[in-house]
Amino acid sequence: MSAPTDEAVLVLSDGTVYRGTAFGARVEGAGEVVFHTGMTGYQEILTDPSYSGQIVCMTYPEIGNTGCNPEDDESRGVFLSGFVVRDHVDFPSNWRSRESLQQFLVRHNVPGISGIDTRALVRRLSKSGAMNGLVAQAPFDIATLRRRAAALPSMAGLNLVDAVTCKEPYEFREGTPWSLEPPVQGKRYRAVAYDYGIKRNILHELVNAGFDVTVVPADTPAKAVLARKPDGVFLSNGPGDPAAVTYAIPIVRELVAARVPIFGICLGHQILGLALGGSTRKLRFGHHGANQPARDEQTRRVMIASENHGFAVDAAALAKAGDVEVTHVNLNDGTVEGLRHRTLPLFSVQYHPEASPGPHDTAYLFRRFRALVESTHA
Amino acid sequence: MPKDPSLRKVLLIGAGPIVIGQGCEFDYSGTQACKALTEEGIEVVLVNSNPATIMTDPEFASRTYVEPITPDTVARILEIERPDAVLPTLGGQTALNVAIALAESGVLERLGIRLIGAQLPSILMAEDRSKFRQAMTEIGLRTPRSVYVTEIEQAKSVLEEIGLPAIIRPSFTLGGSGGSIAQTPEEFEEKLAWGLHLSPRGEVLVEESVLGWKEFELEVMRDKADNVVIICSIENFDPMGVHTGDSITVAPAQTLTDKEYQRMRDAAIAIIRKIGVETGGSNIQFAVNPANGDMTVIEMNPRVSRSSALASKATGFPIAKIAAKLAIGYTLDEIPNDITRSTPASFEPTIDYVVTKIPRFTFEKFPQADTRLGVQMKSVGEVMAIGRTFRESLQKGIRSLETDRYGFEEVSADEAALEKLLCEPGPNRLWAVGEAFRRGRTLAQVNASTSIDPWFLWHVSEIIAEEARFKVPATRDLARAKRAGFSDRRLAKLAGTTEDAIREERLRAGIVPVYKRVDTCGAEFEANTPYMYSTYDQECEARPSDKKKIMILGGGPNRIGQGIEFDYCCVHGLMGLAKDGYETIMVNCNPETVSTDYDSSDRLYFEPLTLEDVLAIVAVEKPQGVIVQFGGQTPLRLAVPLARAGVPIIGTTPDAIDRAEDRERFSALLTKLGLRQTENGTARSVEAARTLAERIGYPVLVRPSYVLGGRAMQIVHDTPELETYMREAVQVSPEHPVLVDRFLANAIEVDVDALCDGKQAVIAGIMEHIEEAGIHSGDSACSLPPYSLPRYLIDEIERSTRALALELGVVGLMNVQFAIADETVYVLEVNPRASRTVPFVSKAIGRPIAQLAARVMAGKSLAELGYTSEVIPAHVSVKEAVFPFVKFPGVDTLLGPEMKSTGEVMGIDREFGRAYAKAQRGAGMDLPTRGTVLVSLRDEDKAAGAGALRMLQEEGFKLVATAGTAAYMRERGLDVQPIHKVRDGQPHTGTLIAAGEVSLVIATTRIGDAAAVRDSASMRRAALEAGIPYFTTLAGARAAALAIRALRAGEVQPIALQDLHTV
Repeated sequence: MSAPTDEAVLVLSDGTVYRGTAFGARVEGAGEVVFHTGMTGYQEILTDPSYSGQIVCMTYPEIGNTGCNPEDDESRGVFLSGFVVRDHVDFPSNWRSRESLQQFLVRHNVPGISGIDTRALVRRLSKSGAMNGLVAQAPFDIATLRRRAAALPSMAGLNLVDAVTCKEPYEFREGTPWSLEPPVQGKRYRAVAYDYGIKRNILHELVNAGFDVTVVPADTPAKAVLARKPDGVFLSNGPGDPAAVTYAIPIVRELVAARVPIFGICLGHQILGLALGGSTRKLRFGHHGANQPARDEQTRRVMIASENHGFAVDAAALAKAGDVEVTHVNLNDGTVEGLRHRTLPLFSVQYHPEASPGPHDTAYLFRRFRALVESTHA
Repeated sequence: MPKDPSLRKVLLIGAGPIVIGQGCEFDYSGTQACKALTEEGIEVVLVNSNPATIMTDPEFASRTYVEPITPDTVARILEIERPDAVLPTLGGQTALNVAIALAESGVLERLGIRLIGAQLPSILMAEDRSKFRQAMTEIGLRTPRSVYVTEIEQAKSVLEEIGLPAIIRPSFTLGGSGGSIAQTPEEFEEKLAWGLHLSPRGEVLVEESVLGWKEFELEVMRDKADNVVIICSIENFDPMGVHTGDSITVAPAQTLTDKEYQRMRDAAIAIIRKIGVETGGSNIQFAVNPANGDMTVIEMNPRVSRSSALASKATGFPIAKIAAKLAIGYTLDEIPNDITRSTPASFEPTIDYVVTKIPRFTFEKFPQADTRLGVQMKSVGEVMAIGRTFRESLQKGIRSLETDRYGFEEVSADEAALEKLLCEPGPNRLWAVGEAFRRGRTLAQVNASTSIDPWFLWHVSEIIAEEARFKVPATRDLARAKRAGFSDRRLAKLAGTTEDAIREERLRAGIVPVYKRVDTCGAEFEANTPYMYSTYDQECEARPSDKKKIMILGGGPNRIGQGIEFDYCCVHGLMGLAKDGYETIMVNCNPETVSTDYDSSDRLYFEPLTLEDVLAIVAVEKPQGVIVQFGGQTPLRLAVPLARAGVPIIGTTPDAIDRAEDRERFSALLTKLGLRQTENGTARSVEAARTLAERIGYPVLVRPSYVLGGRAMQIVHDTPELETYMREAVQVSPEHPVLVDRFLANAIEVDVDALCDGKQAVIAGIMEHIEEAGIHSGDSACSLPPYSLPRYLIDEIERSTRALALELGVVGLMNVQFAIADETVYVLEVNPRASRTVPFVSKAIGRPIAQLAARVMAGKSLAELGYTSEVIPAHVSVKEAVFPFVKFPGVDTLLGPEMKSTGEVMGIDREFGRAYAKAQRGAGMDLPTRGTVLVSLRDEDKAAGAGALRMLQEEGFKLVATAGTAAYMRERGLDVQPIHKVRDGQPHTGTLIAAGEVSLVIATTRIGDAAAVRDSASMRRAALEAGIPYFTTLAGARAAALAIRALRAGEVQPIALQDLHTV
């Protein structure tokens, strides 16, 4: 029997209370509750800065199986505010594991709750849309928690990039050994990557594609970037509402005008969409999983994509934005998954070609970026 | 890329009879394919020799050939039907092998017929291990070191290269037949020779052993546009070394991080592209070194496999159906996901539960068989269980097995024996692992003994720890135990109380399961398909309707004696009830079946078939009726306890069932009707059995009451034999009596299936067994209509059947077994339920009798259904049994009262000899039309045997016989050469067989005469291993002689069912 002090609750803004068992750090966590449908990759999810301000529920019930290891961290820390699982397996078994999930969460000061009916929670979220919530441990007062959960601010309009972006520029040269394809040989290009909450595997993939990368803070002026004479500019993933990152949009507009090759992923894609004159909207509960079907409208090929976003670029608005075309579509709900400009050297995708977690089907896009850079040079 | 318009007619090859390694999963896949193609307006031509399949129901294809799946027969069918293409990837290895043969022999090219699904070079690249290995190397993937061997002389040099232990895999065999692991040089040579012999191409791959590595499988699908998706990942509980069909497996993979899983996924996609499987599903196996993550590719099946069936049931993604659609040109994004209906099939299912598959073994049927598990598959069935945690899923799986285990029961073995159980994988290792933890062994110790991943072991140790807590009242937590998957029955045992007491306590406390849906998407989208499993959680998604509804309980795991035939009945029951407007609810736990397909019923509960689990579903669904008579013994065992709990069992009443099964009440019934029974009695002690047997007179047939498939049934000839039986085979007690019957020597056995609505009884089929009484009816060949019985006896059988049905008040199906000796009809037994022969009879007479039975149970009369008189077909149907002996080296192939066959085939033609020849061919016994017959007859068969031998001699066969038989026959003017029995020295029967000079073996032995059995066993075994047709009963031999005569009169032609029946 679990001691009463192990009791924890997840309280949603609509007043629903899920009672479970506390694990990880014994601190309160508040944020937008979202679910992730991937069956592997909890460590990558925990360390993905895009989850800043969110409480993540895993739909796969057994979590903790493979422990945690330094290699699988996607950033310098954990930015999400709570972790929800059906069954916390406090017994890792994997040759790369260095610490248990429990130890990892304690080290990163993130609260977890286990033993709740996660499927019931997911069904609530997929019916009613994403909601805010609080994770707290006993002793607690449910009425107070309900009140506070209801008062949490909506994700719409929140700029969360400032909290996760790097403070100073840094260089990145390390590739990944986890790709079946060997790294690109030959000329190395220079890329500047805007860090809106960048995942390490994006940097690994850029390096594998033959780029030497300089990562810069999100608010770095376009002029400062162009002064580095990059062969290409990368716009990263990141948390929150793209429209709220108000400084980024004019910066990107300037970069577009400078005709420097641009590749954007996720939040970077949304910011590019906004810079090109499109608009973005909040999805009901977003896409968070490793099994989303994204079809390349040109080749009609379907890629199984890793996704993690609560906002999307609006197709209609984009159509009015001149020479911009939708290149990829999500087959589940028809939302925009990719765009490019008919004349300017830029393209972006909503999903995560760097995967981590998720399938590598779209990793070729990093090479496409290289090809774009090469063709601009030629 | 829509459907290819040039495909108007497609031949689908089925998998044939159920054998170890190729079970009813291929009925599931073939049925899906038939539906999928027909839906697209494609004319489907089907060939499958297995009558117990849903796919061979005439309405599932335009042209259905229940014919042998041999290259010759299929070529003839192609000539007749001229389809545009052949689809060979949904009928297991059998279909693939036939397709290879047809492609290589040029038949397909000559007739201008294409292969779809997979092309010959792809099939060969995947199947031929050296080509496969080469292909893997080219894409940078590792495979175990291996060498191809075609000559035994290569053994030494190969051994040096590969080292020991080494894996020996014959090419092109089913379920790894002949595969083994050699630990010593002697074993190596012996097993290599066996493997060379078994491979149809005389090729064996000797492979580096990766024993103890973690084993994984991925189910991959690809379409014409090169879209590739992974449907499911599977991790084996049992590490490398145990055939995956014999391993406990878990979906999804549990112990891989995302990086490791994605690397495997990348490899799988690279493999399917490299091999060039154009469309459809493939299964790829990997091994991973637990110490450092090194990954090697083990093998690939370029077709839908057993694992695909499991993956389909595990995820809700219908692999076979989609594979069929892809084969005719669709792409994944053009096909909707049935479960969500709103999203396409071009995605990867995600699951929010844990699936556990546990194999079902029947080693008790083959006492001489080696129970150690290795690379050759030995299990005959499997169960699948779904739970929200691995602990729950595993424990549900255990009680689904129906091996009288309801959890981690204690294992009585001393430390040394326990260690052996852990070290040598066998059918009971899982419980040994539990026992080891119970006795305080550490996880590290158990891991060292078993190489099972610590993750799995930890969960088992947690279950054992929970057991310990439950035993102590102070730490007992019922809710917590139920969440860990414990059955009430196991908890009752732990707490020293009854199952009923636990259930009552649980219900009082409001601890009841909820039902979650299998939806392919982890609840991201609304699920429209009610495919459900139970768990102890908060929200119930069952949402039962208030329609009128009937629930059918399925048959659970396949085993010898209870197989696909019962699933066939369940599926037909569902179809029949749907016709009458009922909502149908299916409960079953066998992933290989059609009944567990989500579109076979309106609502599917993938659940164990125990009292606890069924009562919980009934509580939620509240059906108007529950049918227990279709699923064989499994649901029947639940009839009385369910009825006692107030569940409305429909059809024949449990009391009528009891009246037929309780020997004393049964005798009274027969006496009342003036029917004859062999002398018999019930013994409740060893002493009583002895007295009884002596009164009846030997030989007697003895068996425990309430058995199916002749478990522990035996013919005993004298008192010492009886005492041995009572001591070793059964534990007789007042609660478990033993039945003793006079054994009728040389009697003809007759099986009758009939339908009754309580007021009218109509015969469905009368089957005359080929083999005499004493051979289990499931192992006996039979003919419908009877081929040798006079009319007056048939009339008497019909009258008796109707009288029994009406007296018992049967509502639904009934099966009666008769024996005819000295022109007297005896009633052997009555089973007021669907029998194993129902699908065969349905196919033979062209009427869906299980459907009619279900509708009768739901209240329709036979008159309303228009079934009021027996259908006498103009053609002859012969059923033949198929045996697993080839999988069990050293096991005698002699038949007896204990059932040993795993499957059956059917031969249909216009006269008996031809139908029998087709059935034999379907069962893999291609009867010769010339050559030498080797004969050895027991004394009582000699007189009758002369006729059959004379016929063979007239047909031009040379006869060779053991001394006694030869002398006897020569006296009767037959030209017979004598030969030594094995014990009399060379040259003997074995020499002759080994020299390839024999084309047919007839060897009968008096069962029970241990010396004679031993002496003749080597001859039977040699015939089996040499692939020579052999008959162990005189009746079989006589039928074979008739068949040979028919074959010599002209080659048999395939006939479509649609040409025989007008339904």
